Order: sequence, then structure tokens, then C-alpha cells
Amino acid sequence: MVVALIMVLVVVGSVAFHLVSPWWWTPIASNWHYIDNTITITFWITGFVFAAVVLFMAYCVYRFRHRPGLRAMYEPENKRLESWLTVVTAVGVAAMLAPGLFVWSQFVTVPPGSSEIEIVGQQWRWSYRLPGPDGRLGLSDVRYVTADNPLGLNPDDPNGRDDVVIDNDDLHLPIGKPVKVRLRSIDVLHDFYVPEFRAKMDMIPGSVTYFWFTPTRTGTFEVLCAEMCGTGHSVMRSRVLVETEVEHRAWLSQQRAFAELEVSGR
Amino acid sequence: MSSAAPGVQEVIPASDVAEAELYHPHSWLTKYVFSQDAKIIGIQYTVTALAIGTVALVLSWLMRVQLGFPGVLSFIDPATYYQFITMHGMIMVVYLLTAVLLGGFGNYLIPLMLGARDMVFPYANMLSYWTYLLAVVVLVASFFAPGGPTGAGWTLYPPQAILSGTPGQDWGIILMLVSLMLFIIGFTMGGLNYVVTVLQARTRGMTLMRMPLTVWGIFTATVMALLAFPALFVGAVMMLFDRLLGTSFFMPALVELGQLREHGGGSPILWQHLFWFFGHPEVYIVALPAFGIVSDLISVHARRNIFGYRMMVWAIVAIGALSFVVWAHHMYVSGMHPYFGFFFATTTLIIAIPTAIKVYNWLLTLWRGDIHLTVPMLFALGFIVTFVNGGLTGLFLGNVVVDVPLSDTLFVVAHFHMVMGVAPILVIFGGIYHWYPKVTGRMLNEGMGRIHFWVTFLGAYAIFFPMHYLGLLGVPRRYHDLGEMAFVPPSTATLNAFISLVAFVVGFAQIVFLFNLFWSLRRGREAGSNPWNATTLEWQTPETPPGHGNWGKELPVVYRWAYDYSVPGAARDYVPQNEPMPAPTRAATGQAT
Repeated sequence: MVVALIMVLVVVGSVAFHLVSPWWWTPIASNWHYIDNTITITFWITGFVFAAVVLFMAYCVYRFRHRPGLRAMYEPENKRLESWLTVVTAVGVAAMLAPGLFVWSQFVTVPPGSSEIEIVGQQWRWSYRLPGPDGRLGLSDVRYVTADNPLGLNPDDPNGRDDVVIDNDDLHLPIGKPVKVRLRSIDVLHDFYVPEFRAKMDMIPGSVTYFWFTPTRTGTFEVLCAEMCGTGHSVMRSRVLVETEVEHRAWLSQQRAFAELEVSGR
Repeated sequence: MSSAAPGVQEVIPASDVAEAELYHPHSWLTKYVFSQDAKIIGIQYTVTALAIGTVALVLSWLMRVQLGFPGVLSFIDPATYYQFITMHGMIMVVYLLTAVLLGGFGNYLIPLMLGARDMVFPYANMLSYWTYLLAVVVLVASFFAPGGPTGAGWTLYPPQAILSGTPGQDWGIILMLVSLMLFIIGFTMGGLNYVVTVLQARTRGMTLMRMPLTVWGIFTATVMALLAFPALFVGAVMMLFDRLLGTSFFMPALVELGQLREHGGGSPILWQHLFWFFGHPEVYIVALPAFGIVSDLISVHARRNIFGYRMMVWAIVAIGALSFVVWAHHMYVSGMHPYFGFFFATTTLIIAIPTAIKVYNWLLTLWRGDIHLTVPMLFALGFIVTFVNGGLTGLFLGNVVVDVPLSDTLFVVAHFHMVMGVAPILVIFGGIYHWYPKVTGRMLNEGMGRIHFWVTFLGAYAIFFPMHYLGLLGVPRRYHDLGEMAFVPPSTATLNAFISLVAFVVGFAQIVFLFNLFWSLRRGREAGSNPWNATTLEWQTPETPPGHGNWGKELPVVYRWAYDYSVPGAARDYVPQNEPMPAPTRAATGQAT
């Protein structure tokens, strides 16, 4: 009796916590509301299954608790019931998987016309690179990394001369424009993580990874590192400022190109 | 509806293998220390694993002090914090859960449940334990090595694991890798033993489809472990070479604290594939024995046959096979080719189907049972709640696009603790309360057992259920200190403090359990040979605790499956597996033959 009651309270408590919890996802600031929708569908399905399973268990514990004279039923199997449950489960699983895969195909397909930026992680700071007037990012290699060239840009690549390098400062992005983020690391694994954008991806030394998103809300967003990267992991912070096209252009005009940095460094 | 018990057959074939001569110990040392008796080895494994598990429990306390009350213990700086989480994770997953379920329960129960005298290779079995102990000693040694244990996280991701900037870069990582290799060597000797014993040494009449699900779970998990651990072994060898010889298996050209290192061409992702090729089956290496054990606990204490035995066996085998094609769901945001996501999300969600079948069949075993709310049964019920909860959140993380925002947050931490931390450990506790009377001849104290259960179950749920919501909010895992985060409300600190307080209480409840283990050894109620009125062979031994060779002069002969509870027409509500079918009642239980 008490056991069954506690199990019921576990379900009631869990549902109540879900409904009143002040801890919920951050207001979204990107196009990935599809991800939030898939989470919502999954919450409904899994929440229903959890409640049903535990409540049924509690009912059994109450209804079939041991009493003198009670004898269990002998029933090794029931093929029809087992097949029926299997089919229902498969349908539920498909209802979650299908939207998930559909959204994933969007996630991995960068829309044509996206602007490209680069984010570089290193222990324990963030740097950014934007293409200059030519719209192209120059080549880079870890061999070129020096104090004056923290991102390892190839000084001989003309495409890179006009690239805007932002080292250890905020990233600014214009609202409403899809952006493909090229991710690099020059030392260990990192992960560029802005909770409001939903999207994230690891950065791997020796490779370039990517994700894309469209900022949909102006404001200042915190950047965290989501892949453990050593003792400074939790203080590896930065900020992204999403602003209007006009503001963005004004900010961009004040940034210096890689070629200028190189000269001043010498 | 069919009411035929699986595996009913008329003729009991002769034994395949002649009885082997057992090694008879000549001294106290060979009887209790360098023992070749699987039962002693099982106890040695369990005691060692619980001891090292206690270290991991204390580490979790220290982590919770830092997370709930940042800065209170000044010696927990980022480096020590990372060492604590790394050692906590590795110890709990490998050195506690794997060792107890396979080395402990496997050794003790396989020969007894199958009516064998011992494992087929007793000497290798002994070596298995001593190699495991050596692995534990090497692991513990890293706490005392210069620089301390590795703080690379239990996944030991390179390049970070072997570079400065990560604690334990000098000795810790080397000792960790060596210890893992020793563990795998030790496990392989034991694991081959379990597999061959199951296949070769079953007593007359013990067909595969009459084996208790405990044995099915341990057997399948062992086969998986024999296939999965080599991937980790190979990875460990390569990383050791990268660290000691300067090779570049996992090391691309990179900069270490401003200096260009002489590495190049290696792939950090390669390690992740090797690690998770081991690491995901590892989840089921822990889960399948727990599934098996909990099936038997539910059946015995609900006095009802396990529902859908054949389906349960096939579900175990299907989960074991599928778990080898889902590993990269741990790597959705690792930067691997994004198209992998389609494949691994699909396989991952498919595995939910056989897993759900197991849950239904546990529930249907309770349905119309005669449920005795003994301590083992309470733990089994607690397992169902936590396993279903943790399994369902796996449907979030397995569904590739949903994983993107949730990966590397506390949602993941909450999920895997619920599903492969709390759930299997509840089964281990239930199993210990269930089989302790066979091991020692005495019952564990029931009052202490109930306190232990309720505090552990409700406490663990209160720790990990709310933690999911911090992850949903976006709080990252593996943060020594959250510091200032604009999106994190101040109430989060309150919740973290609450979780920490509950964790301390749950930890103390484990001391009640450890005390009970010692106290009942002398003071516990005499158990007799079959205190739970169970059908399986381990409860039918001539002596309790069973002597060396288990069965006295004659091996038992098996006539029926392991779940003849509450058989209509039978005098008692259980019929042991070695009780012959009397001719008049055969029609009642074996009409399908």
C-alpha cells in the first residue's frame, strides 16, 4: 500500500516538477525552433510512457500484494499481447525519429548564400575571423601560429590578407542572415556553445568542422566551451553580439585586416 | 494464449562432458586467498569492487561539495576537480559495475545456476581476479604519483589527455592506460571462462532455453565484452605510444601552450570511435546482467513465472547485437561526418524496441502475481522506475538533432547516471540482498535493508531527476565552477546545493548497507538453504554456503525451466528445476510437448 502510494507520488512529483520548474530552455535566438519542437514531442511521448509504466507498476503492487491464500497466475507467455506491445512501441519510436531525422537533414545542409565565418578555439580563449571585402577566408595552418598570428593564417595566401581577425574579443553577427560557421582548434578539442542558438559542434585540431544557423534575435549572448579542454575549461568565455545590418557594418568598418595586424606586429 | 513453459522436453540427454577433477586446496592460503573456487573468486571480485567503489563514492561527495557550495573546500581547484570526476567515472563504470556484475555475480552464480562444479578453467579464473586486483592497485597508485591521477575526463579524449593543461599529464594518464590494459587482460581470462562454462559445463537437462535469465544476461554481456574491450585495449596501446614514444596515432599537428609540437597526421576522432566502440557496448555489458538479475528477482518475489521468457532471451540477444552498431551516438557533435547521424540515430532508436519489451514483460510478471515486498523486490521496483526514466531520456539524446543542444550539458549527466548508474546499482543491491543468504548462510537485516532502499532510491531520484532540467536550461557539464552566466537564474545555485545535500544523505545510506554486510555475517537470521522458496539450482545445493564442487557426490539433473512458480495443481507455489515431472501432473504443465 505504502509502496504503491510512494510510486504514484514519484510520478505526480515528476510531472509537477516538469510543469513548475523554473529551469527551462533559454529563449531561442536562432532558426532552430524545429529542435525545440522535436524536444516537445519527445517530452509528451516519453512523459506519457513513464507515467503509464510506473502507475501500472504501482497498481500491480497494490492489487497483487501478498495476502494469505493469494496465488499468482501461471502464464508463461502471451504471443498476441507481446506482438501488440511491440508494434505500439515501434510506432511511438518512429513518431520521434521521423521529425528528428527530418530536422537533422536541414541541420547538415547549409543553405546557399550563407556567409562564412571562422571560429577558432585554443586553451582558453576564443578568436574569430571574418572574410574581408573579397568574401573569402584565406588558408591557414597550425605551423604559422605565432603570437602575432594566433590563428595561423597563411601569410602568402592573397585571400587571407583582407580577413578580419578578432582575437580574444566579441563576435558580432548581423540578424537574419544565415551563417556557416567553420570551426577550428589549434590545440585540443573545444566546442563553441551558445545555449540560445541551440546548435553546437566540436572543434578538432587538424580538421575543420562546421554548423550553420540564422540569428533571429538581437542581443548579447554568452559563449561557453562545451567540450572539456583542460583546467581553464569553465573560464573559456566570450560573447556574441547579434545586431542590425547597419550596426554590423559600422562595427566591421572599425576592424583591422590581417595584413595590417601583421605589419603592426613586426 | 499458450501456457506451455519453454524448453519442456521428455528425455534428459546424457552429459556432454565427463566430470573434471577439481583442484583441491591444501592450505588456508589456497582455499581462501589464491582460491580456484569460482564462489570465492566471485566474493573477492565483489569485495574489491565495493571497496574501490567506496573511493569513487567519496570522490562524488567532493565533487558535489564543489558544485553545491563552490569554494568551500579550498583544495578543490579545477585540476583536482577534473581528477575527481575522471576517477569517479572510470571507477564506477569499469572497476565497480563491470567487475561486480561479471566478475562477482558471474563467478558466483554461473556454475551454481547451471549445475556445474566450477568454472571450466579454474586456474585462469584465479589469475583473472589477481590481474583485476593489480589493475585496481595501479589505478589507486595514480593518486600517489607525482601530478596525481589523470583529469582528462573518463573518456580520456586526446589530444587533451596527454598534453599539459590537463592534470595528471605526467604519470596519471600512463597509469590509467596501463590499469585499463591490465583490467582487460584480467577480464578476458574470466570472460572466456564464463562463456565456455555456459556452453560446455551445464548439467544434464539444462538446455540453453532453460537457463535462468540471470545467466542469459551475464553470458550475453560477457560475449559482448570479449568483442568490445579489445577496441579499448588497442586505443590504450596507441595512446600510450603517443604519450611515451611521441607517435601520432591520435595527434595531429598542434600547438601546446604556444609551442608547435612535433606531431602530425593523427586523428583525435579515431580515439573517439575506438573508445565508444567499446564504450557503448559497455553500457549494455552493465545493463544486460542487471536485466537478467532483475528478471529473476521479480519472478521469485512475485511468485510468478517470468512473462514471455523466450521473448526476454531474444531481447537480450538483440540488444547485445544492436549495441555494436550505435556507438557513434556519443559523437553526434564530435565533428564526424554529419551523415553518420542518420544511421546512428536510427539504430539507436531501434534498440528502444527490444528494451521496451523487457520492461513490459517485467510489468506483466508483476500483473496477477503474489507480490512479496521483500527488500530484493523493492530494489527491483526501484530499478524499473529509474531504468524507465533513464531509458526514456535516452530517446532525447539518441535522436540526433535533439542531442545537439543537450549534448555536453547536465542533461547527459543526469541521463547516464539514472540509466547506467542508479538503475544497475539498485539491481546489484537487490542481488546482494537476494543471494547473501546463499553466500553466507544468513539473512541481511531487513530493517536496515529497507532504510537503505528508500533513502537510496528516493534520494538518487531526487538527485538526478531535477538535474535534467538544468541541462535543458543549458548548464554545461564538467564545469568546476559555473561562475557568472547571464542565462542561468540564481535559483540554480539553490538546486545545486539541494542536490549536493541529498547526495551526502544517499552516500551515508551506503554506510548502513556496508555495516549491514558485516553485522549480518554474525548476527543475521539463519537462512537455511532456500529462504526465498526459489526454483533455480543455486538454492538446491546440499550445503549452504555451498562447498567446493557445489553439489556433493551427484550433479543435479534439470527437468524444467527456471520459472515454475505457482504452477496449477502443484502442492507448493514453486517447483525446483531439479524436481522430476511427476507423470500425473505432466499434462498440466507440459501440454505442448
